[in-house]
Amino acid sequence: MGEAIVVTSGKGGVGKTTTSANIGTALALLGKKVCLVDTDIGLRNLDVVMGLENRIIYDLCDVAEGRCRLNQALVKDKRFEELYMLPAAQTKDKNAVSPEQVRDIILELKKEYEYVIIDCPAGIEQGFKNAIAGADQAIVVTTPEHAAVRDADRIIGLLENSHIKSPKLVVNRIRVNMVKSGDMLDIDGILQVLNIDLIGIVPDDELVIKAANTGEPTVMNPDSRAAIAYRNIARRILGDTVPLMQLDQKKGAFTRFKKFFGMG
Amino acid sequence: MTVKSNHVTIKGTKDGLIFLLDDQCEFSELLEDLRYKLEHSHQNILTGPIIHVDVKLGMREVTEGQKTELLDTLKQKGNLLIRSIDTPAQSMLEVDQNQLTIHTGMIRSGQVLHHEGNILFLGDVNPGGTLECTGDIFIMGALRGMAHAGVNGNMEAVIAASYLAPTQLRIAEVISRPPDEWENRETSMEFAFLKDGVMQIDKITNIVRIRPDLSSFKGV
Repeated sequence: MGEAIVVTSGKGGVGKTTTSANIGTALALLGKKVCLVDTDIGLRNLDVVMGLENRIIYDLCDVAEGRCRLNQALVKDKRFEELYMLPAAQTKDKNAVSPEQVRDIILELKKEYEYVIIDCPAGIEQGFKNAIAGADQAIVVTTPEHAAVRDADRIIGLLENSHIKSPKLVVNRIRVNMVKSGDMLDIDGILQVLNIDLIGIVPDDELVIKAANTGEPTVMNPDSRAAIAYRNIARRILGDTVPLMQLDQKKGAFTRFKKFFGMG
Repeated sequence: MTVKSNHVTIKGTKDGLIFLLDDQCEFSELLEDLRYKLEHSHQNILTGPIIHVDVKLGMREVTEGQKTELLDTLKQKGNLLIRSIDTPAQSMLEVDQNQLTIHTGMIRSGQVLHHEGNILFLGDVNPGGTLECTGDIFIMGALRGMAHAGVNGNMEAVIAASYLAPTQLRIAEVISRPPDEWENRETSMEFAFLKDGVMQIDKITNIVRIRPDLSSFKGV
């Protein structure tokens, strides 16, 4: 029996879909059998970020309503043999499926896959309830902004009152320079308010945007610092102890070499 | 009625009857027993001339509804005139006004903790979270959200927190927000109170001046 992890945030635009895609891909990279599930019915994006949009035939709603078998709706990834995606419907809305239907689908997927990563829509309404219905664990994504932290806090409160007990935190899109100058919330400040376990920090990286637009998850690109961060998160999900990324270690080996000789 | 328990004792005195009601049993049992006693045992006493009745509830805490039920049952006998209902429990409650209820946890955004009485909260109140109570609020933790003391209009209520950085404070009907309305800010534990209807902040050590009713420690 696999494990279902929902990626949620409350606020929109903090990187739920990007995080889902990258954690899923990173787990596949580590040799796990993974299925990504998009529950953002009506505003699906996961397929675009994964670059699998043109391969969709059936979707989550078709499975829920019995128009197709679960296996028929799964889209196989371009890069990995053991990475699949269950897309959301684009033509319906969140009320098209019930939490029970989603839970049954996730339960079915967990028999087949080691990890089921559920991409949750923004908000706390029906879509959120659908997304968490089948999940065993939750990853809450936030960015270092008051609004995002506030919403994450709300979501954590809701998760703690649900069957999911201890959600984990990903702080996304940190800009080292802004944190240093005091213009951005720092990790400690966020953790003090939210008071849950941190599972990863992801630096702001332009390569993520580029990757999302080309349908190639960032995690595939080892030059990207965000990619390393996502790989670390995947390893922590597997139970490895990986130290948190040092944010200001931005300089490459060459610059450090120069600095050593007093040239930097 | 199979078991004839003895939850109701009726005593006669010079100027009437005293109903001693058991304070340990279930309220429904008590009521049942009372009805039974009124119907059966003291037929001849209870149908005579008007008798004054004192009801003693012992330590039992009764709601208004339960009280009316008791009275209604007694009133069924036209000759019983209820002179008093004595509830020592009620007077005990009055004394316990100073008592603190301890709560732990974390009040997150969107969550509301409502409490009747005074509260000692061990944990944080996050932005967007609300802690409200009819009495005083003492928070061992950070108050970053909203706290409302004396929600029923108690202007004497205070709000104290280890780390007082609320989005808003309310005492009774007065609403205040930081930082422009408050004067001195300290890093030590602070509390908020109303002075002539205006929110004030002071160090926790000065709480005795504002609330002399709180039992205070006086060294030798």
